[in-house]
Amino acid sequence: MKILLIMVTLLAAIVSEDSLAVDTYKFSKPQYEARFHALNKILRCPKCQNQNLADSNSMISQDLRKEVFRMMEEGRSDAQIVEFMVMRYGDFVLYKPKVDNVTYFLWYGPIGFGVFGFALLFIVVMRQRGKKSNQTVVKGSDELSAQEQQALDNILKNNK
Amino acid sequence: MKRFVLFLPLIFFIGLGIFLYKGLFLNPKAMPSALEGHPVPAFKLLTVTKGDRVVTKADLIGDYYLLNVWATWCAACKAEHPYLLDIASSGVSIYGVNYRDELAAAQDWLTRYQDPYQFSAFDVDGKFGLNLGVYGAPETYLVDHLGIIRLRYAGVVDTRSWKSDFLPLITQIKAEIAASKSL
Repeated sequence: MKILLIMVTLLAAIVSEDSLAVDTYKFSKPQYEARFHALNKILRCPKCQNQNLADSNSMISQDLRKEVFRMMEEGRSDAQIVEFMVMRYGDFVLYKPKVDNVTYFLWYGPIGFGVFGFALLFIVVMRQRGKKSNQTVVKGSDELSAQEQQALDNILKNNK
Repeated sequence: MKRFVLFLPLIFFIGLGIFLYKGLFLNPKAMPSALEGHPVPAFKLLTVTKGDRVVTKADLIGDYYLLNVWATWCAACKAEHPYLLDIASSGVSIYGVNYRDELAAAQDWLTRYQDPYQFSAFDVDGKFGLNLGVYGAPETYLVDHLGIIRLRYAGVVDTRSWKSDFLPLITQIKAEIAASKSL
């Protein structure tokens, strides 16, 4: 049984290796290759949505990789290539969203929540401390003053 | 006032609940098209059925027309096809973009299932598709009298999407044409 399992796994590995038609590119300059891979990592595959160009083997990713390669060989800059993609596929194609009006909340929301939470915590703690110090003052004298006794009587009366 | 503060977390929770509940019914495929509001990109391609004829952007004519991206490998396109025939017979011009397909298979498809297209540009390497921002098939673009893309619809065009997405825009385009003529 175990051997069968291993065989199946190996076979699956071979098949998937085969079906992953790895496209090979010949770069005219060695630094292009590094840039090519870096770009493929930050560009999202529009079809598969949760993979970048480097990970995805869908048709559209193959096309887009080819396009990245072509533009790079034409000597275009990274910014120009990214702009080309955004022109066609929108900001969605960027894995790291731009900071603009629409994405402010996305970028700074978590920080805002954190600040808000800590502020709330701070206020609560400070209040609690204030109460405690009041209590110690009360503890100092066991007897109620006349005024306090009066207030207590009022409360009890009202509760009835 | 104190009471009200106690209800704040509940209100916050309900708000969040509504927000997330709505998210369940959003279509993750519906992405804003970068090309809406922009002209159709230029192209120069052969067609599927018209032999040596080379078509360009200038061949796309009409007060408004649809640009439908299709392929024989795309199962959803087959489901969409009868509806495209209906639309075409109702007098709307549809231009096809045969996206990364084989010529023989595409020709066979059009003879077997009938041809709703004025012509189908044969975009074998997907270049025109890429310039259109296509990421799959079927996709349908509504283009107005000025050659501006008004709508990009990813997925199968059917009675419902036709009524809810296309028809209102077509009415609007017609109104715009009438307005520009009266000037």
